[in-house]
Amino acid sequence: MQQNEMRLEFDSRSCNEAFARVTVAAFMTQLNPTLEEVADVKTAVSEAVTNAIIHGYEGRVEKITISCQIEGEYLLVEVIDKGKGIADVKRAMEPLFTTKAECDRAGMGFAFMEAFMDTLDVQSAPDCGTTVRMSKRIARTETGSPQSRSFPAVQL
Amino acid sequence: MEHSFTITGTTLTVHLPSEIDHHSSRQLCQETDRLIQRRNIRRILFDFHDVSFMDSSGIGMILGRYKTMRFLGGTVMAVNVGERMQRVLTLAGVYKVIDIYEGAPEQSRLL
Ligand SMILES: Nc1ncnc2c1ncn2[C@@H]1O[C@H](COP(=O)(O)OP(=O)(O)O)[C@@H](O)[C@H]1O
Ligand SMILES: [Mg+2]
Repeated sequence: MQQNEMRLEFDSRSCNEAFARVTVAAFMTQLNPTLEEVADVKTAVSEAVTNAIIHGYEGRVEKITISCQIEGEYLLVEVIDKGKGIADVKRAMEPLFTTKAECDRAGMGFAFMEAFMDTLDVQSAPDCGTTVRMSKRIARTETGSPQSRSFPAVQL
Repeated sequence: MEHSFTITGTTLTVHLPSEIDHHSSRQLCQETDRLIQRRNIRRILFDFHDVSFMDSSGIGMILGRYKTMRFLGGTVMAVNVGERMQRVLTLAGVYKVIDIYEGAPEQSRLL
């Protein structure tokens, strides 16, 4: 069974949003994903990292950690901040719910993570930070034509 | 790719950048809002031609401008929207409030 792991720690600056999603996309190429699967993961990572920056740390520059694992056909991604935390996770995850409507937030971040990944789990407590755990099965179809699967899927 | 703007009459075309996230949409929102205020804009055309990535920050950006246009009695539409971006916009329900075109319809070119 294929296994691999990586950990990434970076400043909660908005310029790192692109860096974070591209890095995870690069890590997942060993699963031979389709372009669509890569785009799905990039979107979900972008959502979680953006949330850590604007809601978790509220603009302060602190550290965000991403931990990625490949377990067979599965990609597991954890995005961790030690910021403000969420009092009511269930409510926060409802589509359109946002505490920063004045900043043009659509309240669709968790909905996007849910839609683009297979599983989503959010652990959070006020003042203790937030851990977003997501996974996606990157299915290899043995019968699929090689061209359709082996794109150089990362756009740097 | 950076964003740019074209103004024809009261129509503002926003040529969106290749990646729309929280980082890139901040300046885009500010500049768009300034043009709406100063140039009496009544129609916004978001041109997705160059867009390869957009997350929900882009949805917030579009809906925010939509609210302004609605308040001013104007309209918003999206053109040159590829397959992936259609999926993202549909998922967020944006098609309910703005018209989304795969290509650039004649009508929008004429404006
Ligand atoms: N890492 C986080 N730390 C603190 N609060 C968070 C975090 N992530 C999400 N939230 C809360 O959950 C709400 C919903 O998040 P989301 O669905 O991404 O929408 P948006 O980012 O547009 O507000 C946020 O408005 C915020 O209150
Ligand atoms: Mg969000």
